[in-house]
Amino acid sequence: MTIRIGIDVGSTTTKAVAVDDSGRVLARSIEPGDPRIAQQAQRMLEALLERVGGGGEASIVATGYGRKLVAMAGKKRTEISCHALGAFHVMNRPGVLIDVGGQDTKVIRLNSDGSVADFVMNDKCAAGTGRFLEVILARLGVSWDELADRYASADPPVQISSTCTVFAESEVISMLANGQPVDSVVKGLHIALSDRIVSMAGRLLMGVETVLLSGGVASNSAMVAALSSKVGKPVAVVPEPQFVGALGAALLG
Amino acid sequence: MSEKQPTGRGGQMLRRLQYEGAARVVAPALATGLRAQRRLRSWRRPKKEPSEWFGPPLRATYRLKEVLTRHYLSGRYADGAVPVAWVTSGFPIELLRPFGYHVVYPENHAAMCGVQRKGVKLAQVAEVWGLSQDTCGYARCDIGSFLSGNTPAGRLPKPDILLACTNICQTVVHWYRTLAAILKVPVFVVDTPFLSGDPDERTETYVAEQLEECMQLCARIAGKKVDRKALGRVAQRSKEASELWGECLALSQAEPAPWTGFEQFLHLGPIVAMRGLPECNAYYRELRDELRERVKHGIGAIRHERFRLLWDNLPIWYELRSLSTLLAEVGFTIVTTTYSYGWAETAPLFDPRDPIVSAARVYARVFINRSLDFRLEMMKKLVNTYSCDGAILHSNHSCKPYSVGQIDLADRLAKEASIRTLLLDGDHIDMRVHSKEQAEGRLAAFMESFGGL
Repeated sequence: MTIRIGIDVGSTTTKAVAVDDSGRVLARSIEPGDPRIAQQAQRMLEALLERVGGGGEASIVATGYGRKLVAMAGKKRTEISCHALGAFHVMNRPGVLIDVGGQDTKVIRLNSDGSVADFVMNDKCAAGTGRFLEVILARLGVSWDELADRYASADPPVQISSTCTVFAESEVISMLANGQPVDSVVKGLHIALSDRIVSMAGRLLMGVETVLLSGGVASNSAMVAALSSKVGKPVAVVPEPQFVGALGAALLG
Repeated sequence: MSEKQPTGRGGQMLRRLQYEGAARVVAPALATGLRAQRRLRSWRRPKKEPSEWFGPPLRATYRLKEVLTRHYLSGRYADGAVPVAWVTSGFPIELLRPFGYHVVYPENHAAMCGVQRKGVKLAQVAEVWGLSQDTCGYARCDIGSFLSGNTPAGRLPKPDILLACTNICQTVVHWYRTLAAILKVPVFVVDTPFLSGDPDERTETYVAEQLEECMQLCARIAGKKVDRKALGRVAQRSKEASELWGECLALSQAEPAPWTGFEQFLHLGPIVAMRGLPECNAYYRELRDELRERVKHGIGAIRHERFRLLWDNLPIWYELRSLSTLLAEVGFTIVTTTYSYGWAETAPLFDPRDPIVSAARVYARVFINRSLDFRLEMMKKLVNTYSCDGAILHSNHSCKPYSVGQIDLADRLAKEASIRTLLLDGDHIDMRVHSKEQAEGRLAAFMESFGGL
């Protein structure tokens, strides 16, 4: 059996996935991103190899921002190619994949064979990314697990007009100071984030039947609800959404 | 730039001597010295390993340096010696040549600052002075350079007149009026109405009338009479120069392409700044012959050409090297660019028998002054002629006229020419608004999408 490992060194977390010849997942691991990228990648890969018992032999492909520093990787590929392949492998249908990561958001249109037809990414700022949500949730004192309930119970949502993370944070502070309920702010925040993502995805979403969501933010069901309502059709979450890039990288090995 | 020049007839003669001496004696001597130094180095040093990704460098690049050095070196002594004009890149410069003007192109100068990564520092001077960071990078760089007196050219001569033509953008109107206010010199703006459809006779007459008036003004400032025969000869040279430039570009239809679009950006210098001068034509003849030789021997600009691309918009001057390498490493090469093609496109319209009206025709039809439909058709033509597999559209933060509409252009070009397209965010001068990591990631993903890696 040949073992193939993909490692996705993202801006917030580092993920690794090992698969067998048929693409079946053998093991996964995830850690918060360490600034000593090369050492962390090396350690995670060695640990994963030991778990799957590949006898030290495996083809390794790296992706993500830190891919260039993964010395053990034979190949390095961008997140776009890897996310496309990973999502298609799991969902097996063409469509548009929205990946909301820590510091960037990617929208990829997949062909019927899983190859990349087109893609867009956010420009130069973190508006519309996981970091945007994190920064403002920290200010609100709301944890990730509470989001779904708070989103569902809020009525009506507030309108957040700033797309810049820093300005949006100031806007939220002034809303709280004006007595707006936290739940309404949480809902407004998700709607603002979805608006930002959908306007970026814009033309790629036209005439597409399937919309998929991956990345760390996909584990937040409030986000899935907000995005589905904005897109106008249900958005399907790719299983194990944080590992899609690492899985795609493994499949490239 | 505020230093005093010698005055009076004697002073002018001395200045003229310095000007001519710089062009005819110092610059050629400097070029000979540099050539000797290169030869000496090549004997002393062990031969460099050929690049893994790039073909042998163009010999003409050395010649280009000589030609431009001569231009800028003599420019240091131009004011007080000959009439001096600062002009926009799309200005019908032919009008000035018979009067012996020394011409400075602030855009070319700003590009030089950009390549040397000095653009931001100069732009900041202009921003502190009061210009918005969203103003054209060339304008900020140029005004900052003037205000600080800091220029890689050593010194730019003070102009007697500023000449702007709106065919490239409307920013030039404000930019040149600002310069006029600071420098206290006259400014003449030639208005070329935007062509949303086909050009008509009224537009040409309107532009031609302005050109006639401008020529009379330039003659008065130079203290010379209008010489229409000489103007015809200049128009003939400009026509030839544009045709020669077109021939150089067309040689990239060969596979592998003998030079890249990024090299074309660098070799644009003479066609922009020295149009109408004999040395401009001599330079492009030499370049064309070298490119022909490369095509004949199958020498490519990059070693392993796999995919050919079109580039739209101005270059990202400060990243030319890193982008070239990123592309070449995986077998991609830029074979054509809308920017460099713009200088060849209207060549057939020059008519030496009717230089003013034909100049109106040529300069009003610059592609950036035309509709998105026209630009799309031009890009489709380039994609087909140069067998492009894809296109990169540089969405240029501080060049709005070139960048507005690119999202639609990219979409339609992809569909109608059946190629892959990429929008790449950047700026021609301002490194602060160019996110290098993201841009390079996007470019890498774009190249991976062609498969075969």
